[in-house]
Amino acid sequence: MMTTFAYVVAYLGLVFFLIACIARFMMWSKMPMHVRWELYPVAHEGGGKAAYGGSYLEDTEWWTKKREVSLFGELKVMVPEILFLVALREHNKKLWTRSFPFHFGLYLVGGVTALMLAGGLVVGYLPENIAAPVAKIVNLVAPFLGGAGLVLGIIGAIGLFMRRRSRALRDYTAPADLFNLVFFIAAFGVSLVSLVVYDRDFSMVTTFITNLVTFDLAPVGAGPAGLLLTLSVVLLALLTAYIPTTHMSHFIGKYFAYHSIRWSDEPNLAGGRQEGTIQELLSRPVTWSAPHIGADGKKSWLDVTLEDQTK
Amino acid sequence: MKQPNSVKDMGKNPGEPLAQINQYEQIPLPPPFDKIDEEPEFAQLSDAAREKYVVLDDTIAVNIEKPKTKEEEDKLVNGFLSGLEKLFSVDDNWTFLQPFEMSMEHCAKCHTCSDACPIFQESGENELYRPVYRSEILRRIYFKYVKKASPSLHGDIDLNWETVARLIELSYRCNLCRRCAQTCPIGADNALLSREIRKIASMEMGIVPKEIHDDGSVLQLRVGSSTGMTPMIVKDNIEFIDEDTAERTGITIETPFDKVGADILLIHNAGEIMAWPENPGAFATVFEAAGLSWTLSSDAIGYDGINYGVWYDDVQFARVAVRHAAIAKKLGVRKIVLGECGHAHKALTVIADKVLTGDLNIPRESSMVTLRDIIRSGVLKLDKSRNDFPVTLHDPCNLVRLMGIVSPQREIIDAVVPEGRFREMAPHGVENYCCGGGSGFAIMSGHNFKDWRHRMTGRRKFRQILNAFQDESMDPSHMKYVCAPCSNCKGQIRDIITYYDAFEKAGIYYGGLVELIVNAMVDVKPGFIDWEWH
Repeated sequence: MMTTFAYVVAYLGLVFFLIACIARFMMWSKMPMHVRWELYPVAHEGGGKAAYGGSYLEDTEWWTKKREVSLFGELKVMVPEILFLVALREHNKKLWTRSFPFHFGLYLVGGVTALMLAGGLVVGYLPENIAAPVAKIVNLVAPFLGGAGLVLGIIGAIGLFMRRRSRALRDYTAPADLFNLVFFIAAFGVSLVSLVVYDRDFSMVTTFITNLVTFDLAPVGAGPAGLLLTLSVVLLALLTAYIPTTHMSHFIGKYFAYHSIRWSDEPNLAGGRQEGTIQELLSRPVTWSAPHIGADGKKSWLDVTLEDQTK
Repeated sequence: MKQPNSVKDMGKNPGEPLAQINQYEQIPLPPPFDKIDEEPEFAQLSDAAREKYVVLDDTIAVNIEKPKTKEEEDKLVNGFLSGLEKLFSVDDNWTFLQPFEMSMEHCAKCHTCSDACPIFQESGENELYRPVYRSEILRRIYFKYVKKASPSLHGDIDLNWETVARLIELSYRCNLCRRCAQTCPIGADNALLSREIRKIASMEMGIVPKEIHDDGSVLQLRVGSSTGMTPMIVKDNIEFIDEDTAERTGITIETPFDKVGADILLIHNAGEIMAWPENPGAFATVFEAAGLSWTLSSDAIGYDGINYGVWYDDVQFARVAVRHAAIAKKLGVRKIVLGECGHAHKALTVIADKVLTGDLNIPRESSMVTLRDIIRSGVLKLDKSRNDFPVTLHDPCNLVRLMGIVSPQREIIDAVVPEGRFREMAPHGVENYCCGGGSGFAIMSGHNFKDWRHRMTGRRKFRQILNAFQDESMDPSHMKYVCAPCSNCKGQIRDIITYYDAFEKAGIYYGGLVELIVNAMVDVKPGFIDWEWH
């Protein structure tokens, strides 16, 4: 009964996570075009410009030339940034020593979970001769990486909790910020205890995940071992569902912060595809109330822009 | 040092300053200005000003009169909340909606940006000037009073007229240099939030510092220039500049006006025409020597590249940008070239990029690029030895960090300054520090604001300048040149040099980039840079 409950919560948590992430992604991607607000260096600038922060605006008659946009340049910045939090390491070492283990722990836990989900699919749906070696690899890797991820995540979360309670950050910390970290510590802590005490070879959790992807809701573990597994699954599932509803969804927002704002330097060329969108935006009504704007809720941006200001 | 203990202090102790700087506790400057007790006295705000206007700290930028009735208090609070709501509306704020929401939602309040802010650093890390301090107040007001969210989610704050008025005043303690945003691991932009607070004040409440609105964009739109110059006066002034330049260079020039079909419409910051006539004169000398097809415009606004809206008001910004483009269209030029003015560069090239369409979408180019190409063409005969003095380069934020124009000005300096004479500031390029005059500060001087700006925003730049010249003699007879290819930066650097008396005491002089080119031109009489303090 308890394990069935864990399956249900796990399904709901994963589905909610996916829906919430997609909704977040859609929210950011559907936002209207904004004025350019890029910040250099822009990683995709080609011709060696990204290295010193240069842009195509340095080129003679730049509008007559094809822009050099380097995807490799972006990856060169983004991959280390995502994996190692390079900007934080460079500008805030004190926080990095806490934030890096936290994030890297998360990546390991997330990665191992994905590995076990994939392994579960292989074991559940593919022939034995393929499934057996895959299961062996998962069984070999998961305990080590999963355990390391949980430990790093807990150490990082405790460090971040203490940093948020420090004199410097205390005043800028809302109760929810502390709750988020406690939630991580609790979910990861219960999982770690469950694994260390009852499931050192990850056999219970692997079986649970295989059952999850094969829709076999068979009980896993009995007595305190089953209870602890259930508690850990429920906490992790709730945490998974909770993350995208909070500012911790910055893992989605950050993509847009970089690609749609900080590095968004695509020029609006005469007769190009952006002009129609801009004209539509300029036709939108303005309701700003200051007298010098001259808005009445009906006049558009274009109307108020073109009004005679010489009197 | 007096400073707030908490963001919740914003609405407390009405009439009392939340922060005060003790000048004797500031970090000393490098030699020969390292004796802090020999620095000028920080002028104090008058009692009358403290009585009349909302008080935030040691100075006043915006002049928000204290409300006299409950109705006036409510008007301030309700106006602010109404404007704040509009910042989240596609209709009213499509211009910045995504960057704004991103910064409102995702700031982790981790203080990574604090070390990057020169104002916070020069204040001795006074909490009031921490980049996230003002944004945190804005966020809390929004989540608590507009979204009606529980304070346990986003933090608590009381809202009263004092909070609103002080927050608006505090938005004018940021240079909008966006150094903070550059260091943010998540991509939040606390400088943008300062600008959005200014927008609420201007676009919803009609509250703006007089220098940038009434005497700035409004005057420019009404008569043609924030300097007050009408088309007739501009033509007279340029005629005078042509004569003066000819006398200094030995080359007769006649600046073309309103030449239909010219390749280039050159738009200066009109402040150059008034305060630094050698700059437009030098441009004319170089452009004529290079045989360019170019013109100035005598149409109102067409001769003044400034666009102060870029600091506080999207509609004022759009009005000026569209008029610049319309004038270029009328002249039928192939491109607009922006003179040595950083914010004019960013306004018309980058920000107006998403405003100008159709036949108003005329290409815009930086004069750094035009001048670099002239140098590359080899059409000018140059003698570097004429610039045989130490030179350092100030990177205007708008040109460099916000547009990525970094190398052309350095290539020019390489071509006109002898080897070993140029030294970079540290840091430089896209990591530069603001001159201290950014976001309108260079032209704001009410009450004791000028003093505040020198002690708080310009001090980091002065420190950089002094450090750049530390391997040189600081004897005043050994002249050193700070090259600032931006009108507002130049004004600010002039003001810092004046404040610390650095020309008289250390021989530190300043000027633009094009002046260095003309000073090196073989065909020009030697001594275009005259080393006279004007």
